[in-house]
Amino acid sequence: MNGTLEPLFFWLISAVIVLSALAVVFMKNIVHSALFLIVTFVGMAGIYALLQADFIAAVQILVYAGAIAILIVFAVMLTRRGDIRASNPFNGYAIIASLACLAFLVVTVSMIFNSGFEIVESVGKSVVEPLAIAMMGDFVISFEVAALLLLEALVGAIILARGVKKEQ
Amino acid sequence: MEGIFLRIADFAKQLFSSLNFGPEITSILMALFHVSAIIGFVLLNVLVLVLLERKLSGYFQQRPGPNRLGPNGAFQTIADVIKLFGKELIIPKAADKWVFILATIVVFIPAVMLYAVIPFGKKMIAIDLNIGIFYFIAISSTATIAFIMGGWGSNNKYSLLGGMRTVAQMVSYEIPLVFSLLGVIMIAGSLKMSDIIAAQKDVWFIILQPIAFIIFFISSIAELNRAPFDLPEGEQELVAGPYTEYSGMMFALFFLAEYANMVSISAIAVTLFLGGWQGPILPSWMWFVIKLYIMIFLYMWVRWTFPRIRIDHLMHFNWKFLLPLSLVNIVITGIGIKLVNWLNWF
Amino acid sequence: MLQQFYAVLTFFGFGIFFAIIALVLAKIFGPTNPTAAKITTYECGLDTQGPTWVQFKISYFLYALVFLIFDVETLFLYPWAVMFQKLGLFAFIEMIIFIAILVIGLWYAWKEGALEWL
Repeated sequence: MNGTLEPLFFWLISAVIVLSALAVVFMKNIVHSALFLIVTFVGMAGIYALLQADFIAAVQILVYAGAIAILIVFAVMLTRRGDIRASNPFNGYAIIASLACLAFLVVTVSMIFNSGFEIVESVGKSVVEPLAIAMMGDFVISFEVAALLLLEALVGAIILARGVKKEQ
Repeated sequence: MEGIFLRIADFAKQLFSSLNFGPEITSILMALFHVSAIIGFVLLNVLVLVLLERKLSGYFQQRPGPNRLGPNGAFQTIADVIKLFGKELIIPKAADKWVFILATIVVFIPAVMLYAVIPFGKKMIAIDLNIGIFYFIAISSTATIAFIMGGWGSNNKYSLLGGMRTVAQMVSYEIPLVFSLLGVIMIAGSLKMSDIIAAQKDVWFIILQPIAFIIFFISSIAELNRAPFDLPEGEQELVAGPYTEYSGMMFALFFLAEYANMVSISAIAVTLFLGGWQGPILPSWMWFVIKLYIMIFLYMWVRWTFPRIRIDHLMHFNWKFLLPLSLVNIVITGIGIKLVNWLNWF
Repeated sequence: MLQQFYAVLTFFGFGIFFAIIALVLAKIFGPTNPTAAKITTYECGLDTQGPTWVQFKISYFLYALVFLIFDVETLFLYPWAVMFQKLGLFAFIEMIIFIAILVIGLWYAWKEGALEWL
């Protein structure tokens, strides 16, 4: 009996993700697009939770739905000019863009099918402790580089924003 | 007395199991049972809290507060609820209709979801997640979305300004709030609520982490948008901030979520700093409620004692004082734990 | 584990359900009479002047940016804090370096006035 609901929830959440992602592209109003992007983020968290990666799901909610979404909305408020109701228009690159997306899809799908995934039984185990051990042990260089990357992102963004401030 | 709620839950569990739907449906039914019970508890509390807040504010300002309806005004909030149901839901013509309405629903979702990991008593926790407190932080970080939606969707200058201020304030104070909990987690060595409570068997974390508790308390007031940090809805400058265009039940949902969040964040303070439901003689859930109301009284006391502060002071206080202080607290806690372990080793 | 996820989903669903029920009940019991004056935008009794959705000031964006950096930091700090007592002194020094690098970022933002409300 166990596991019967899993496919149902998987398809349900996938449908929500795909539809909201399409809405992000097709909405005329850019703030509506940003709000649908939040739905996509939350849906992704649902997929992570279905994969039993509870910590990653919470991180997805915390960072993407809680922080990136806010940043996007603030950026929209900062840069927008003209009428909000037609702030997310289409330009003449639709065909080229869809071709590029198709190429990306082909590459991604072929990579998914060509990589040998290992199915790991991790029922009931916490992922936090192994994550910490890996972070502080084998991947300590990457861990410190991540800090540098964050620093770099912060400094770069402040320099860019200072230019905007002078314009204002 | 101790096991009274557990016995009811066991009875429900047996009832649902006997229906033979399989473990998954049973767990969903149990969760429905838990969430209904919790929401019942929260709604009951909000009724009491609104009255308590109005009475306390009255006493702090040397006036009696509401005192006409029922003995000493006890039925005032019940009348208010009935009145709210009879009010019209006004949607301004200029508003972005769907965003405007959906904001009232979106504000309520995290408010309910937060209660999933709150231990109301011994074994009285709806879902004892491995990532317990991290789940709480993640879900509470999404509370800002509703304010963006409401503030922007109203198409009102006060609403938008108030909404943007709310979000800026909530995200700023989230950082010291989250960092202040790290000291507790370092000592407890787990994110699970039941483990954190078990770690406080001998000594409460408020004694080991006094600075963390103060940081947590201050930033949680800002997270709740309560005075002295209630700039988003500072009525003298912004009318009612993001709530300006909301009426009737739509306003009530915002209001309800605000009080529900106050209860849940007080519950987290009790769980992480005041030893949770642990205490002598009385049943565990009674200890929880007593400690909960002590925390809530603290929030109300602060609200009706301090005047509102200016927004630039608010931001500077967070980024230039609370955040560095919380980082220092983490390092000091780390050194302290290492020292204690080192001394025990000899 | 999955059962816990279903339980969380149930809480999510109940939140939506409760809010919708409250709104529907209010719609049924309350009057519906939107007059022209009632549904205008509130602006202290005057007619509303100019568009609401204009360009906003940059301070909000800068706060959100610094917030994002520290939010990402928390997700490194939490696993570390859980394992702190088992990881030993070396991990503690690693984390102090990690925090120090981000404190440099905070200091830079401070120096450049990204934390000023102006």
